[in-house]
Amino acid sequence: MQLYVNGQMVEVNSDPDTPLLWVIRDELGMTGTKFGCGLAQCGACSVMLDGKIVRSCVTPLSSVGDAQVTTIEAIEADPVGQRVVEKWIAHQVPQCGYCQSGQVMAATALLKENAKPSRDEIAAAMVNLCRCGTYNVINDAMLDLAGLGANKGETL
Amino acid sequence: MNDHDPTPACDLAGDSPQNLSRRRFLQTSAGVATGALVIGMGIPLQPARAAGAAQMAPGTNVPAFLEIRPDNRVRFLSPFNEGGQGIFTGMAQIVGEELDADPESFIVENAPAGHDYLVVFGKMRITGGSFSTRSSYTTMRKLGALARNMLLQAAATRMNAPIGELTTEPGHVIHKSTGQKIAYGDLAKDALDLPVPDPKSVTLKDPKDFRWIRQPLKRLDVPEKSTGKAIYAMDCKVEGMLHAAVQHAPRLGLKPGVVRNLDEVKAMKGVHSVHKLDGAVAVVAERFWVAKLGADALQVDWQEPSAAEKAKIRYMPADFSTEAFTRQLMETKGDGKEAETHGDLKSAFASAGKTVSATYHSQYVHHAQLEPASTLARFNADGTLDIWLPNQAPEQFQAQIAKTAGLKLEQVNIHSPILGGFFGRHFLYPGANPYPQAVALSKATGRPVKVIWTREQEFLRDPLRPMAAVRFRGALDASGMPVAIEAISACEGPAESLNGHNPNKVDSNAVEGLTGKAYAIPNRRIAQVYVKNPTSLAYWRSVGHSMNDFLYEGFLDEMADAGGKDPYALRLKLLEGNDRLTTLLKAVGELSGGWKRGPFTAPDGSRRARGVAMASPFGSEAAAIAEVSLNAAGKVVVHDVWEAIDPGSIVNPGIIKLQAMSAATLGVSQVLMEQVVYKNGEPEARNYDLYPILPPDRAPRIHVKVVESGAQMGGIGEPPLPAVPAAIANAVSTLTGKRVRSMPLDKLSLAT
Repeated sequence: MQLYVNGQMVEVNSDPDTPLLWVIRDELGMTGTKFGCGLAQCGACSVMLDGKIVRSCVTPLSSVGDAQVTTIEAIEADPVGQRVVEKWIAHQVPQCGYCQSGQVMAATALLKENAKPSRDEIAAAMVNLCRCGTYNVINDAMLDLAGLGANKGETL
Repeated sequence: MNDHDPTPACDLAGDSPQNLSRRRFLQTSAGVATGALVIGMGIPLQPARAAGAAQMAPGTNVPAFLEIRPDNRVRFLSPFNEGGQGIFTGMAQIVGEELDADPESFIVENAPAGHDYLVVFGKMRITGGSFSTRSSYTTMRKLGALARNMLLQAAATRMNAPIGELTTEPGHVIHKSTGQKIAYGDLAKDALDLPVPDPKSVTLKDPKDFRWIRQPLKRLDVPEKSTGKAIYAMDCKVEGMLHAAVQHAPRLGLKPGVVRNLDEVKAMKGVHSVHKLDGAVAVVAERFWVAKLGADALQVDWQEPSAAEKAKIRYMPADFSTEAFTRQLMETKGDGKEAETHGDLKSAFASAGKTVSATYHSQYVHHAQLEPASTLARFNADGTLDIWLPNQAPEQFQAQIAKTAGLKLEQVNIHSPILGGFFGRHFLYPGANPYPQAVALSKATGRPVKVIWTREQEFLRDPLRPMAAVRFRGALDASGMPVAIEAISACEGPAESLNGHNPNKVDSNAVEGLTGKAYAIPNRRIAQVYVKNPTSLAYWRSVGHSMNDFLYEGFLDEMADAGGKDPYALRLKLLEGNDRLTTLLKAVGELSGGWKRGPFTAPDGSRRARGVAMASPFGSEAAAIAEVSLNAAGKVVVHDVWEAIDPGSIVNPGIIKLQAMSAATLGVSQVLMEQVVYKNGEPEARNYDLYPILPPDRAPRIHVKVVESGAQMGGIGEPPLPAVPAAIANAVSTLTGKRVRSMPLDKLSLAT
């Protein structure tokens, strides 16, 4: 089966029912996308399919088709993704970091669709779980990215 | 931790000779046979010196910790693991300060197992107890100073100048009068070949000259963690590796009997083999998803252990329920064993103007770290075992794994990748770590095996924060001031659950937070009645404090109400003469814009109230205020949490602030929504759907004030947690007029 991942076509042989997450991690060997729950609860496995956020742990390989898969490994190749990463660093967002690939993907997908999201739109899009409690700092980074005048250093 | 360091946390390139030999080299040189040097790339081991060297005091063998590369980058092997608490950066600041090397030039990794790294109070090594910085601060500063001294000695020879005329600036030795300047990277080989000086011979910097300590330096690992490059145990892989998934026994203690569909599972496409293990059946496959499907499909006849076996293990009976167990704890009688006493309780109650009594209780909670447990094991041709696993105590795991695998200690190479959250999850817990499975499966298959626990299997074996019921009674004098308090906790502490219960002793982890309160209540008695749990128990962020300060501070508010006192004013009164805590309580009051209890109407029209609570955990002091309302569904909304935290003295104020926000958030999660429920011996929830953790839309704004009293340095990873659940519960009690005596609030009927 052919799959388009991070701008490249790759041949994969996992069973079509295999969740995209495990194709990415085991078959393609890219471990930036994380396994947290396997039930679309936490969002650690978030990737983009044609620019839209999906939870790869419940996305069967067979449903991907010709869609372009973007994983965290290619995040800095995307100008929006690059800005998100810059702000994630500026606001010192990650703690343990395990959920942050998914958080960065969710932020990038939102900003690609809507460069100036409102506070409510940010809240509606940024729903991934974080056990370290980085929610306040994620919000600061998002307000900063959306130009909503977040403080830029208070939470450092 | 930066993108141009190619050294992976695991052997990512497979059996890459360069990486593997490098790991071995480091381990040998940094291990028990101390004294060898680690320096530069590809410098051969010098066993001659190692052989003659006596065992040095932990934290002094410079070459076991530091490698200074020709490009002036400093590779530092940390005795503490990084799991989001910022310790890799803190260590780089502390060592870099005295070494005079920019912390930003540090590459930090977790050190292998070895005597040199037992730097927690100079005798042990765990990443836990909020011990890391406070227990090793001076040792690690000295380590940096020793390394700097060795560089100065080498430079003196090279420059042909007296050592007394040499100074340093970041990364360089300078001889001012001749204008000579040599980079550390050029001196490192000579320097680290010198004998390590006597630690007493080096002088530490005057704190007023600190360049990096006390600064909010950015964390070294943030770029990697923002781009998916950070490697966790879950991500480790080696050449020829198989994957394994398990199906655990539904109840602890059961043993696998017949696998009814064994042939069917074995025949599944991609399945390598099926194995019965201790309390589990594993499916091994070339890919994890196949293994997982196989493990889920297994139809296992689980067998009850014999009575003799039951006596030796922690066994979960088929009729256990948390509801009944909570009742049992609440109804447990007895005065218990005393953990703390002061004054004369009996006469205080006899002469009291008024008495109050109530029974409070806590709940079991999960660690629920986002990275489920996993372990990768590989037996090597020379009989050694390489093992990659999330852990908070490498030497303890090494000893246990050596025993399990029938190997000598030095044959077990422990690799400790960074942790995808830990909160106490990754200590040695019987039945709760996947390493015995990985070792057994690797042995059985003759190939490296990585075992991953799915979230469902993780929640089935995650050891829990204990549950406690505490009977309180308090006495007030005629003016309404508390004069006596008694707290008797029916509880099994995590330490006694792991190390064995001693009938003559109280588990201090069971009662901390009931004990050690700073309030001047002259007559008090804190005691524990031991009640064994069938569940596995664990340390959970802030341990006993995570529940006990909630329990105590709630009852203190009840006493305040009974005496007609405002809870904030009462606490100030009870802390009279205690400058440190008076300052702290006032600081949180100011941070919140001035204490107001409510209920009051907020600008948005909602009815709100505030609560206050304090805690003295792990050598630090904390005070929190929370503001709450109820939403239309009667659920608690926490709008703001203000917290003042005093760890005595600090290393990185930015990290402290973020740790306070992190711990406070976990406190919010616990008090609002977390509870492990068992029915018929099994946990009801196996994933985040039925065991929800705090989602972003319920996270309050958290405001942190770091107060530096100058007292002895305390911890920071855990101390900001315990005051928060209590402050929220006290606010809810004020708002609803109904006293909250248990968690989680989501399970209580609060609507008025």
